[in-house]
Amino acid sequence: MIKTDILIIGAGPTGLFTVFEAGLLKLKCHLIDALPQPGGQCSEIYPKKPIYDIPAYPEILAGDLTEKLLEQCKQFEPGFTLGERAETIEKQEDGTFIVTTNKGTKHHAPVVAIAGGLGSFEPRKPLIHNIADFEDKGVEYIIKNPEIYRNKKVVIAGGGDSALDWSIFLSDVASEITLIHRRNEFRGHLDSVEKVQELKNKGKINLITPAEVIGIVGDEKVKAIVVKQALHIEKEFEIECDHFVPLFGLSPKLGPIGNWGLEIEKNAIKVNNALDYQTNIPGVFAIGDVNTYPGKLKLILCGFHEATLMCQAAYQIINPGKRYVLKYTTVSGVDGFDGTRKEAPKAVVKAIE
Amino acid sequence: MEQDVTIKITDRDGVIHEVLAPTDMAMNLMEVVRSYELAPEGTIGICGGMAMCASCQCYVKSEHELPEMQDDEEAMLSEAFYVKDNSRLGCQLPITPEMEGLEVELAPEG
Repeated sequence: MIKTDILIIGAGPTGLFTVFEAGLLKLKCHLIDALPQPGGQCSEIYPKKPIYDIPAYPEILAGDLTEKLLEQCKQFEPGFTLGERAETIEKQEDGTFIVTTNKGTKHHAPVVAIAGGLGSFEPRKPLIHNIADFEDKGVEYIIKNPEIYRNKKVVIAGGGDSALDWSIFLSDVASEITLIHRRNEFRGHLDSVEKVQELKNKGKINLITPAEVIGIVGDEKVKAIVVKQALHIEKEFEIECDHFVPLFGLSPKLGPIGNWGLEIEKNAIKVNNALDYQTNIPGVFAIGDVNTYPGKLKLILCGFHEATLMCQAAYQIINPGKRYVLKYTTVSGVDGFDGTRKEAPKAVVKAIE
Repeated sequence: MEQDVTIKITDRDGVIHEVLAPTDMAMNLMEVVRSYELAPEGTIGICGGMAMCASCQCYVKSEHELPEMQDDEEAMLSEAFYVKDNSRLGCQLPITPEMEGLEVELAPEG
């Protein structure tokens, strides 16, 4: 059981900044995220794109913003449960919560802050009529353990970075790797595209374009896939394989959080914006893009503000009746849980003679 | 207003909406759909309009001449589902006076 003060669901910019604000109040945080890395949309969808409306940053890349937020909250030693999706929440008799992930990891905290953005990222599944029959029987939408492909025949479909990068990586692992994409052009990083070209020329990657996988053949497990290729004349043929890995990106879904008994409106969680961004369940807050209230704007900077106010309310729940007044970091410095201290340099007093 | 154009949008339930879209607010078709809430929040414009998610895919049903497809839109559509010959990404279609009378249909969620 992982124990913490504030359990944050979602490790995007809002969740990460919560760690800092909570740390100033001596509250410890733990974050759960379905993605394998922190940053949320900023690292998953658009790490190389600039953002222009972060206060004091005329321009910052989304990936760099994630790095800066991680650096800023580092001394408050956040815990992470990554690659797991928060599945259930159980309120305990003492008012605390136990949140369990899809992999069974349990987290115990008096306050839960949902900073889930548009939801957890789920793989987009191609429209192949019998694909569901083969899930975990040779069809995988995410590559978790590349070793299962050792000396196997693998077919990857897709035209983005993950399709290219995994084709390159698995060309050394699998006995045979085939990459199928609907067109000849790929939109990955230039060096990935060039590397695939090189491996294709060496005969290490079997490239089939423009083509589409339209069916799966097998009994208990994948034996082959059916490909439709539209080169010169349209033709259909089978490719023998042990694994079929469609990599068509991820799309966010509110998912299990939608069944937690929270008031939902427009795919977002209703909160009390006059006070503290608490949901209809006392002790459960929703901050950032995942919440809604009159006049809501889905902006990173609004998430930062909401996180800050939420932390004050969390302090009151965790330390009932305990006095506190807001302190400025410039005045009081920042004392990390790791023993570090940041503070303004003392003014030099020197007489003028 | 004179700088507005009328666009006919068929939503994902097949309901046709005739809406006024401003040409002077740097809006694109995806944003017009969102501003009239013709698709639930969180199911359209997920990436914010960067041609990176295809949640704003639509089928162009009238003969209007639209801006040429750029590489990123073409690449995204090549990975999207339910794509047809007349598919476009709404976020890549800025609203211009030439769009008066445009007819589009929202593609299914996917």
